[in-house]
Amino acid sequence: MKIPEEYRFSKDHEWARDEGDGTVTVGISHHAQDALGDIVFVELPAVGDEVEREQEFGVVESVKTVSDLYAPVSGEVVAINEELEDAPELVNDSPYEGGWIVKIAMSAPGELEELMDAEGYDEFLSGGD
Amino acid sequence: MSDESLKRVPLHDRIVAAGGRMVPFAGYSMPVQFTSIMEEHKAVREAAGLFDVSHMGQVYAVGPDAVAAVDRLVTNDVSGLVDGKALYTVMCNADGGIVDDLVIYRLSAEELLLCVNAANREADLAHMGAHLSGDVELQDRSDDMIQLAIQGPRAEELLQALTEADLKGLKFFRCQEAHIAGQPGLVARTGYTGEDGFELYLSNDGGAVVFDALTERFPEELTLCGLGCRDTLRLEAGLMLHGQDIGPSTNPYEAGLGWVVKLNKDSDFVGRGALAAIKEAGPARRLRGFVVEGRGVPRPGYPIQIDGEEVGSLTSGGYSPTLEEGIALGYIDSAHADVDSVEIAIRKRSVVARVVKPPFYRRPKT
Repeated sequence: MKIPEEYRFSKDHEWARDEGDGTVTVGISHHAQDALGDIVFVELPAVGDEVEREQEFGVVESVKTVSDLYAPVSGEVVAINEELEDAPELVNDSPYEGGWIVKIAMSAPGELEELMDAEGYDEFLSGGD
Repeated sequence: MSDESLKRVPLHDRIVAAGGRMVPFAGYSMPVQFTSIMEEHKAVREAAGLFDVSHMGQVYAVGPDAVAAVDRLVTNDVSGLVDGKALYTVMCNADGGIVDDLVIYRLSAEELLLCVNAANREADLAHMGAHLSGDVELQDRSDDMIQLAIQGPRAEELLQALTEADLKGLKFFRCQEAHIAGQPGLVARTGYTGEDGFELYLSNDGGAVVFDALTERFPEELTLCGLGCRDTLRLEAGLMLHGQDIGPSTNPYEAGLGWVVKLNKDSDFVGRGALAAIKEAGPARRLRGFVVEGRGVPRPGYPIQIDGEEVGSLTSGGYSPTLEEGIALGYIDSAHADVDSVEIAIRKRSVVARVVKPPFYRRPKT
């Protein structure tokens, strides 16, 4: 799958998309969902929770394994994808759109620029992880 | 572990070409899945799946004393088998710990096939060699054989298309020699999925022919399956995984496998004294099944708690694709073994789980 240009990626395989209003939408990459396999449960934070860059903010359970979600940027959770409650497979089926996980109001917008762009993430992946 | 250090099954290249996602398992490079564990799991429950399980070990006991000799190695009663009948059993050490669990097929009065776990093959052979007596020879043919499993409600119908053998007449835990796609082998109505199905024991050349014949003839009907769904299927069926649910430090009574221990059989089998003492005293812990209430996926190693006090831990666990719930096996101290519910510590949360007697899933009666 081609990696969308406007997305930024963390080494933990989360993506952040700048919504242009001080918030980012966050999800996990195609590579991450593919490695996890069938996702059966996403444990979401609550709206209003503070998250810190590279700190856990949720959990993804697949049939195969369990993985923490790490925030790509710091800030406050302003929305969660409630559809994942009943349809966690959206993360597999549409990791960059319908399978988004949270929206974060950034407290340190500069962090976004420190993430990898699509090309950088592609190189990061081919470097092996 | 690098790929080079892993052993390859004879069908390795075919498995990779078919899209197998290879992972290390028991020293072998094996497919965890082809498309999705969930889809493969459902295919076995609803139609039919094909597994290459050639990593499993095949040890033959051959000779005039084969039956008596094997009877002394395992806890279940091998002497009661007739030709063409299979038996599930455990093999214990002198302390009553489980060296392995295995299926024994009686091929004739002088030939038994023991199907053992891949990870235990060397340990099994050493243990069996040390306790073997009489006019019998153990032959490890694991590297010379392909073992295929065809499992699911449509398994009989699909496999029947490739053999003259009367599969309908082949009952559960029976086996017979047959030609499949023209290749001679052993067909057994056994499996590790909780579904109806068959296991085929074939030569390396013959197994390749049969694999090709099955996949070419039934590209839609028969789903290629990996070890991921083999694990979720066996867990739903409440079947033990050696190395996880049972092992050398586990005895069959605490594992709920007392039914395969025949203390009163004629032979003085390895572990008999220790097992009699354990049965007399009662096991200190018991294997139970757990079904998570609400959301949460239990995994091996998670603590089992009652009122915050740890009373055991999980040995297997995962998401049940059939029940759409988290299910697990684990040991709980005997003092608490009859409670109706416990808490399971799932990472930072604690969830309530019902205590049940496995299996979690029983196939519909046909």
